[in-house]
Parts: sequence; structure tokens; C-alpha cells
Amino acid sequence: MPLGIFAFFATLAVISALGVILQRSPVHSLLALIVTLLCVAALMIGLDALAVGLLQAIVYVGAIVVLFLFVIWLLNLERDPEESGRLGIKLLAAVGAAALVGELTAFLTRTHMSQQTVNSDYGSMAQLAGLIFGNYLIAFEVTSLLLLVAVVGVVAVARRWPSPRLANRPPTLSAKPQT
Amino acid sequence: MTTWFPVALMTAFAALVVGLMVTINAIVGPRSRDPVKGEAFECGNPPSGSAWRRFSVHFYLTAILFLVFDVEVVFLYPWAVTIRQLGATGLVEAGIFIVLMLAGLIYALRRGMLDWS
Amino acid sequence: MQALGPLILSWRSVLAPGIVALTAVVTMLVGSGLSEDESESVGWIALTGLVAAAIASLAASGDHIVTFGGSLIIDDYTAFFYLLIPVCSAVVVLFSFDYVAALGLPATEYYALLLFATTGMMLMAGAGDLIVMFLGLETMSISAYVMAAMAQRDPKSSEAGLKYFLLGAFSTGFLLYGIALLYGATGSIKLEAVAQMVRKHSIALSPFVLLGLGLILVGFGFKVAAAPFHVWTPDAYEGAPTSVTALMAVGIKLGAFAGFIRVLLIYLAPLHAQWSGVLWALAALSMTVGNLAALAQENIKRMLAYSAIAHAGYILVGMTAGRSEVGPALLYYLLGYAFANLGAFAVLVAVEQAQQSGTKLDDLSGLARNHPMLAAAMALFMLSLMGMPPLAGFVGKFYIFSVALESRYVWLVIIATLNSVVSAYYYARVIVAMYMREGAERQAQTRQPTLLFALAVAALATVIIGLLPHPYISASSAAYASAEQVLRPATAALQTK
Repeated sequence: MPLGIFAFFATLAVISALGVILQRSPVHSLLALIVTLLCVAALMIGLDALAVGLLQAIVYVGAIVVLFLFVIWLLNLERDPEESGRLGIKLLAAVGAAALVGELTAFLTRTHMSQQTVNSDYGSMAQLAGLIFGNYLIAFEVTSLLLLVAVVGVVAVARRWPSPRLANRPPTLSAKPQT
Repeated sequence: MTTWFPVALMTAFAALVVGLMVTINAIVGPRSRDPVKGEAFECGNPPSGSAWRRFSVHFYLTAILFLVFDVEVVFLYPWAVTIRQLGATGLVEAGIFIVLMLAGLIYALRRGMLDWS
Repeated sequence: MQALGPLILSWRSVLAPGIVALTAVVTMLVGSGLSEDESESVGWIALTGLVAAAIASLAASGDHIVTFGGSLIIDDYTAFFYLLIPVCSAVVVLFSFDYVAALGLPATEYYALLLFATTGMMLMAGAGDLIVMFLGLETMSISAYVMAAMAQRDPKSSEAGLKYFLLGAFSTGFLLYGIALLYGATGSIKLEAVAQMVRKHSIALSPFVLLGLGLILVGFGFKVAAAPFHVWTPDAYEGAPTSVTALMAVGIKLGAFAGFIRVLLIYLAPLHAQWSGVLWALAALSMTVGNLAALAQENIKRMLAYSAIAHAGYILVGMTAGRSEVGPALLYYLLGYAFANLGAFAVLVAVEQAQQSGTKLDDLSGLARNHPMLAAAMALFMLSLMGMPPLAGFVGKFYIFSVALESRYVWLVIIATLNSVVSAYYYARVIVAMYMREGAERQAQTRQPTLLFALAVAALATVIIGLLPHPYISASSAAYASAEQVLRPATAALQTK
């Protein structure tokens, strides 16, 4: 990947990531997040990881962000979010972030990364398909169960269920005041 | 990587055009700002209530359903591009996945997740 | 590698979890087609599926074989959990029938999620790579989050679900990051390849492996509710419907420990020097925090939550020792723990319904007079959890502690023994309340054959596993030995006692 293209997308990713945390309106943060995710997708494609890049665009930008948007709408946002956190907490967060940066730098410099030559189709859709439908078949099928759990789970939690039908029973057993 | 050069060029060109249009508009376009212009347009009536209010949970149900089937598509994409190489094995493997997702769809329909009445 | 051939040969490893998953889908489809009243009968579908899966678990027994390119493992260890987990879930189903109706829980969703959770637990036990392990954990956990929040009219249930979900999702992040680092360092996600790489000194001590190991310990620590990762446990256990609490205290722990023991004690055994110190601290802290906090609880579900934390601590004592002798002890301990807890929660479910009361200690006052059978069963389970001979809890504890002592973890065993003494107080308090305190006159007991059957199963298991431990210990030994074959293919068979 030419340095110029990398620099462009990397800078844009960092700027939009800052936008995510600096915006006051959560919806604006979300829009900035979309830009961040697309930049990361572009960077991945630049590294010849075409499949991962495309999936990033489809799943994250296409679906996850939509979900975030609905969650934001679902929560009541009538008031402006207040300035949160005291100075002490902010200081602590800054120290924590600095520690993380230092740690990652230390790891990256200390660890020897082995270099391997890979085939030209490495990271392609076809190769991905070979893995999903080959060695990782079980993981693929279990994913469908996980998705089913999501469907059933969301119905169980969000749908209004009729009250207990048995008249001779108390409306809720464990809802009794337990002081 | 070089195969992506046209795409990059296209992206850059699109960004340039959009940037130019927005910038030129901002510089030369007429501007008048007053409270009435800033109001949300509600068919001519004065807007009532706040735009920041809670949405029905039903949107969320739909979004989850969308997410689930979006992820399904993601998994079927690799299968689609290699359908010939994978052959019958791939058909069985993807078939199990599709049937399970279909069961989820039937369940969702029966539970009225797509019912907006 | 990618042909249909291995797929057909590998049916043994997917048969039991496949049956449970299929039953879940059938439950979901059949139940959603029925009216609310009729849908309660899907519990029978769930029960049938679980029993079938328990029988099908035999297919997974035998010598250590990896299937599906290493994703699932066939051996006696897998079969052990493929049998135990559906049986425990089946007991939960048995005492759920009336309770689900009484709380107004959506029966279809309840049973479908219970089955999905069971599938996840089984996959954790049989997983041969970290991806399947993770997916199993997620399937199990997400189902459990939803089930905890299922009693919609009870704010405590929603609170339980939310707390469980937020902290659980957070911990899953740790686990996933740990898996990613381990993958990055070793170049493989398959446990066997990871183990081979880790045996090379240069890789084993790379920062990536150590950080990955640490994060994995945190992730599993959350799932097994070990202190200091236990803060969600009391609220989640208390707020969830009691039958769901039973699933959380038994099934989730079985699944999580099945995966945890296999990953740490077998595949990451070369790093014992690195992880044993951390586990030592987790074990000591879990036992102490769990037992001391349990002393102060007035609600029995909360007390059992802290008791579950303490028991996680006892199991971690064994894991700290890390020798292959401790493996059978751990499996045997889980066996005893599972049935005693299932029984205790079944009694609570029965009490809640029969007396239409909550689950506070006072609600059990005079239970011996009103419901002598329930009180006797509860006393039995409390004694087993306490570790009273000759019940299963005692044998398990004794077994674990003695192996830990042989491994020279003297201080840890001293802490554990002191903790066991402390724990006697709060378990005994339940018995005292039932037998020596006067309670209000309550209404007659509701007759529920399925619940009584569940109680009988749990009580019989607790007594028999403790009185006649040998078959169960030898089954545990065989299970653990076959999982260990991956390390010493030639000698593992000889080590079985």
C-alpha cells in the first residue's frame, strides 16, 4: 500500500475516531464512527485483506451501526448529556490510556514478528470460503445457532407477554416485596 | 494492490467533486438565518414536542432481525463465490445454515416481529 | 480435509449437541405455533430432546480423536460432560413446568433458550479450538442473560438480566482479546497446535502469550464467578427466576469449568508456573469472599450465590495444583456440586409455589412441619454443600484438598479448610430455620409430580455419589485420562487407576 494512501486513511480514521468521543450528540458520534469504520475497511483492503475489508463494511457499517442508532433512539435523550466525570476520574482515565499506549508499544517492540510469504490469494473470498466450509465448519454452523438465540432472545425480552393466566396464583411470586 | 488504483482514483475524484460543490455553495450561496427558518418542517404547522424522544421498541426488534439476516448474507457471500469448488459438500453445509436461519424467520413471523399494525 | 468423508466419520462428536440444538429449533417452531396456554407443553419436547442427547452422549466416548479439523474432540472427557450437562438441564426442565406458568414466563422462549444454552455448554466441553469454545460460551451466556431477565413484571429480574449481561459481555471481551493474542503468538486457534507451540520455550514466554493467558484467565474467572470477578453474581442469582438461577449455578458453571479445565490443565499445562500463582490468588479470594459474604445473607438465593462463588474457589484450589491426579477430583467435585445445587434450587422453587412466598430465610421457618419432605431434602443438599460425610460434597472436597496437599499447596489447603468450617454456619442456618423455628401456618402443598421427581433424582444422586463414590471416581479418572491422551499418547492409558 502506498504510503500516501495509508497516511490519508489512517489520519482520517484517527480524526473521525476523535470525533466519536468529542461530539456532544450521540447521533453525530455515530456518524463519525461510520467514517472510522469505513477508513479501517479501506486500510484492510489496502493490505490485500479484501474479504475482511468488505465484511467490515457490510457488517459494521451496514448492521451494527444501525443497531447502535436504534439503541440511541430507544434511550431517552431529552436532556443534553451532562458533563460527566470529575477531574480525578479524568486524570485516572488519562493515566490508564497512557499506560495502555506504553504497554502496547512495549509489546510491539519486544515481540519478534515472524514474516511469512503467503500465496497471492491469501485473504481472498475463495480462501475464506475454503476455511469456513472446511476446518471451521463447526464454528460456522454454531454461528447460526447464536443468531437464532438473538432472535428468540430479543422476542423474549422486548415483547409484551400476557400476565400469568392461572387465577389461583399470585401475579408474581418473586415480585413480592422482599425488604 | 495496483488493481485498486482505479477505485482509489474514483474515490478521490468523488471526494473532490463533493468537496468542491459544498465549498462553492458555502462561499457564493445566499444565506439567511432566523429562528423560523431553523424550525423543523411539519407540514406548515408549528412543530410541537421535542425531536428527542423515545422510539418504539419495535424498531429495535426489526433492527435485530435485519442484523441477523445481514450476518447470514455475510456468511453466504464466500459460499456464493466458490459454489462450484465446494460442490455438494458446500451445499449441505450451507443448507443446514440456511434452514436454521429460515426457522428463525418463521419464528419471527409467528411472533409478529414484522407486524406493525 | 475438506471432503465429505471426515464429515460422516465425525458424527459422533456432534450427535449429542446436535440433538439438543435441533430440539431447540423444534421447540421454537412448535411453541410459536401454539397458543399461550398450549405452549407450556413444549417443556415435554425439551425434556425428550435432553434425555435423547444424554443417551447419545455415549457416541462421543472412546479414545481421544479430533474431528472437524480439530474443532470438536471425541473422548471420555467430552462424553462425561455431554452426559452430565443434558441431565442437569433435564432436571431444571422437570422443576420448571409449573413454575414457568406461575411466573407467566413465555414457555416457548424459556425452553428454547434453555436448550440453546445447553448446546452452548456442551460445545464448550467438546471444543477443540478456541473459536468453538468462544461460540459455545456466547451461545450459553446470551441465552442465560435473556432468561435471567424473563420475568417481565419483576423489576429485580430485569435488573439481574441487565447486570449479568453488561458484566458478562465485558468479560467476554477479555476472553476474546486473550484468544486473539494467543492466536497471534502461536499462529493457530486449534488447541492442540497452541499447546505444541507453547511447549517451545521461546514462544511460551513471549509477552503476547502471557498477556493472552492473563486475559483468558480473567474471562473464565468471570464465567465461573471467581472473586474478584464475582460482583455480578449475587444480584443476578437473586433477581433471576429461581429455575433460571439453578441453570446459572449449575449448567453455566459446568460448561465454563469444562472448557476452563481442558484449556488450562491440559493444553496450557506447560505454562503451569505462570498461571498457578494467579489461580492461587483467585482460589483463596473466592473461598474467603464467598464464605464470609454468605454468612450475612438473609435471602437464600443470594446465600447460594455466594456459596457458588466459594465452591468455584474450592475447584480453583484443585486447578492450582495442576497435576494430572487432580483432574478426576475436579470432575467428581463438579458432579456432586451440580446435583446438590439443583436439589437446593428445586426445593426453593417448590417453596415459592407451595407457600406463595419469597426465598428469604424466614420463608423457610417451620418448613419441617408444613412440608417435611421438602425440608428433609433441603437439609440433605445443605449438608452435601457443607461437605458433611458421607455425602458427595464431602468426598469431592476431601479428594481435591488431599491432591492439593500432595502438591505442597499447604497454605491454600489451610485456607480452604478454614473456609469450609466457616461455611458450615450459613448452611446450618437454613436447617435450623426449617427445623427449629416456628413459621406461619401455610396452605397445603401443590402436588407436582415432575418437581418431586426432579427432587428425588437430585437427592438420590447426592447420596449415591457420596456413599458409593468408586464408580464415579473411576468414570472421572477415565474421562480425564482420555483428555490427557493428547499430551502423552502412549502412556496415558496406563495411568488410569
